[in-house]
Amino acid sequence: MKVECAKTMAAEEVKLLKTWSSLFGLRVVWALKLKGIQYDAIDEDLSNKSALLLQHNPVYKKIPVLVHNGKPISESLVILEYIDETWKQNPILPEDPLEKARERFWAKFNDEKLLPSIWGAFTKEGKEREEAIAAAVENLKLVEEELKGKKFFGGEKIGLADVAFGWLAYLICVFDEVTGFKIVNERYPLLLAWMQEFSQLPIAKDNCPPHDKLVIKFQALYEKHHPAK
Amino acid sequence: MAEEVVLLDFWPSPFAIRVRIALAEKGIQCEYKEEDLRNKSDLLLKMNPIHKKIPVLIHNGKPVCESLIQVQYIDEVWHDKSPLLPSDPYQRAIARFWAHFVDKKIYEIGTKIWTTKGEEQAAAKKEFIESLKLLEGELGDKPYFGGDNLGYVDVALLPFYSWFYAYEKCGNFTIEEECPKLIAWAKRCLQKESVAKSLPDQKKVYGFVLQLKKAFGIE
Repeated sequence: MKVECAKTMAAEEVKLLKTWSSLFGLRVVWALKLKGIQYDAIDEDLSNKSALLLQHNPVYKKIPVLVHNGKPISESLVILEYIDETWKQNPILPEDPLEKARERFWAKFNDEKLLPSIWGAFTKEGKEREEAIAAAVENLKLVEEELKGKKFFGGEKIGLADVAFGWLAYLICVFDEVTGFKIVNERYPLLLAWMQEFSQLPIAKDNCPPHDKLVIKFQALYEKHHPAK
Repeated sequence: MAEEVVLLDFWPSPFAIRVRIALAEKGIQCEYKEEDLRNKSDLLLKMNPIHKKIPVLIHNGKPVCESLIQVQYIDEVWHDKSPLLPSDPYQRAIARFWAHFVDKKIYEIGTKIWTTKGEEQAAAKKEFIESLKLLEGELGDKPYFGGDNLGYVDVALLPFYSWFYAYEKCGNFTIEEECPKLIAWAKRCLQKESVAKSLPDQKKVYGFVLQLKKAFGIE
């Protein structure tokens, strides 16, 4: 029996290739922490990508990459579903197919609509910036609607959509500070309340990157996109 | 309870075609409602208020949006026939990865091929072929991406085969020359009734693309 236990322990090897600041990597950290999974974190230097990263994600050469018992999985939403299907405790996807579809829809909405529009508002200038802000306002309105009558996007507990939107809880205030412009403002009381709730969760409280370090990083990025004339 | 399945559809849309293939593979009775995208129906606007796009799958009155989400939904609800996703979580992750790759690469780059010219088009053609070659690598020696039967990635990619002729004419190149394995795969899939009845004729799609080019003033 002792040998069997040792075998089981040795069999479960989880590595996560990420960076200290990537919100996509952080999603995976949250999911792993939520389920109490032990893992080795490997912080990559994206200006000097490791052989391991290039080997495990040859198609995109990006983080995050989860490596489970030597087998790599890339793309954060794909990784999240893999984690949920492999470790059943504290599920982030419901059993009901319609509810699952709803969670996936909103996770996709964040990645393809909300996040790019807010990033556009941060990085673009002139007319492009105005268009990005207008899109962000539209998208935030829709997200606010979705939160009606709910504590989390997943209902009483967090789900896939909450994990996808989770970056708002700790990164939006960094953008506010750097730009001097509050994009998630009092027009979105439900979203602000959700951000508060999410940031109080143990997974978020203990695992977000340091605020000051993020401000320095995004200040530098902002200046790069808005060179002084 | 009687199963009521409706698909808000548009004949050349690769995204709608995915859902048609999935429904056909599982033998699901469905009412197909063709939308006029220049004059969207009240039903479409009600069932997909966020994106106002097709396809929309309406199952017993409840809408599901986004084609890959719809295909997964169909696979989960009608799970006892012709499974599209494998049961092993790692294999499922691989399938999801490649379906997402198709979304990111094939559709957007394919669109660039028929909407641009010169250097931009040349770059798009190069990236398109590179992407198809990566998919060929994933297919390997298997008859289908799903193994012995049609799977999730087959369903995700097949609709774009209907657009290959249009891409080739607009881009002045031949896909089969560069990716013979992929063309062989598509033709193999077309032997299946579910695929043959779901894919529109390539020349008809090209005619549609020419209409779009005219309407948008693209040369």
